[in-house]
Amino acid sequence: MQVGILYSRIRKDEKLLLDELRERGHDVTKVDVRDHGFGLDDTDAPLADCDVVVDRCLATSRSVYLTRFCESYDIRGSEVTAGSSDERSESGGVPVVNSAETAAVCADKAKTSLALADAGVPTPDTTVAFTTDSALDAIESYGYPCVLKPVVGSWGRLMAKIESKSAAEAILEHKATLGHYEHSVFYVQEFVPKPDRDIRVVAVDGEPVAAMTRSGDHWLTNAAKGSETAAFGIDDEVADLVAAASDAVGGGLLGIDLMETGDGYTVHEVNHTVEFKALDEATDVDVPAAVADWLETKAATQVEVTA
Amino acid sequence: MTTCTECGADVTLHDDAEVGEIVDCATCGTELEVTDVSPPVLARAPELAEDWGE
Ligand SMILES: [Zn+2]
Repeated sequence: MQVGILYSRIRKDEKLLLDELRERGHDVTKVDVRDHGFGLDDTDAPLADCDVVVDRCLATSRSVYLTRFCESYDIRGSEVTAGSSDERSESGGVPVVNSAETAAVCADKAKTSLALADAGVPTPDTTVAFTTDSALDAIESYGYPCVLKPVVGSWGRLMAKIESKSAAEAILEHKATLGHYEHSVFYVQEFVPKPDRDIRVVAVDGEPVAAMTRSGDHWLTNAAKGSETAAFGIDDEVADLVAAASDAVGGGLLGIDLMETGDGYTVHEVNHTVEFKALDEATDVDVPAAVADWLETKAATQVEVTA
Repeated sequence: MTTCTECGADVTLHDDAEVGEIVDCATCGTELEVTDVSPPVLARAPELAEDWGE
C-alpha cells in the first residue's frame, strides 16, 4: 500500500514506523508539511495516490488543520479535489489517521474532559474559568493542592501543582500578564492523590496494543520528564475504560493515560499523536508492528468501500 | 561525515539517516535536522513550539 506520512520532525517514533512499513514492502510518501500549502480545493502535497495518510505532526495546530484539510479532499484517484461528504463517502476518500474529529478533541484539554465526562468515563473533576478571579474561586473550591493546566500543550509544560492561595494568586497573575490567549482559559483540576506512577495505554480504535507504568518522584510522570517505565498488564477494567475513552474522542491511534485512584482508575489525558518509543522499549510488544497492522486494515477497509 | 552548523564539530550520521530526522551534536548538544542525505546536510533543528508534543 501507499502510506503518506505528514511530519515536520522525524523522531525515533516516526523512524520506527517508517522502518516497519518499508520492511513490509509498503511505499511511503513522506510529506514535510512545512513545504506545502493546503488550499480549500487542492494541495500541492503529494497525497493523491495514498491509501492511508498518517498524521505525525508534532505541533497540535498543524495536526488539527491538516487532518481537517485532508478529510475535505477526495485524495483517492488522479486528482485532488474537494467534494461534499456524501460524494466523498461514495468515492472513498483516503482515510487520515487520526481523524480531524479526534485531533480536534484531543488537542484541547477542555474538549477532552467534556467528551470523557459525556461518555461516562471517570476523569478528574475539572473547572474552566476565563478570568483570574473566577479561576481563583475554582482553585479555592478544590482546595490545595490542585492543578492548573493550559488547555493546549504537552509534555507537562506549564502545568502547575498549586499548594497554597498565595501560590495560586502569583501563578494566575503571571499567566494573565505573560500568557498567550490560550493561557487565558484557566483549566483547573482536582489533584488526584495517585501512587507515584501513572499508566499509559496505546490503543488502536479502542483495542489496547500495550501498556506501561511511568513512575517518578515528581508529580508529573511523563516519559518526556525522564520517569522510569515498566510493562503493565492490562486488566478488563482498564481495557473497558480504554475502549470507552477511545470512542469518546472519536477513535484512532491513541495514547490513553490513566491514574489509579485506590478504588479504580481515572482517565486524565488522551493523546492523538502518540509517542511509542518508550512503550516499545518497556514492553515485549512490537508497537510499530501493531501500528502497521492497524494501518493495513485501515487501508484495506477503504479499498473494499471503493470497490 | 558532516559538520555541526553550530560548533563545527564532525557529526557522523547513520547509514539510514532520513530527511527530517533530528540528531544531537555530541560535542555541543545542539539539535540538528538532517535536510539532505546525499551528501548529508545539517541545519539547526526548529525550536520546539509551545504546542509541540503529545
Ligand atoms: Zn555542535
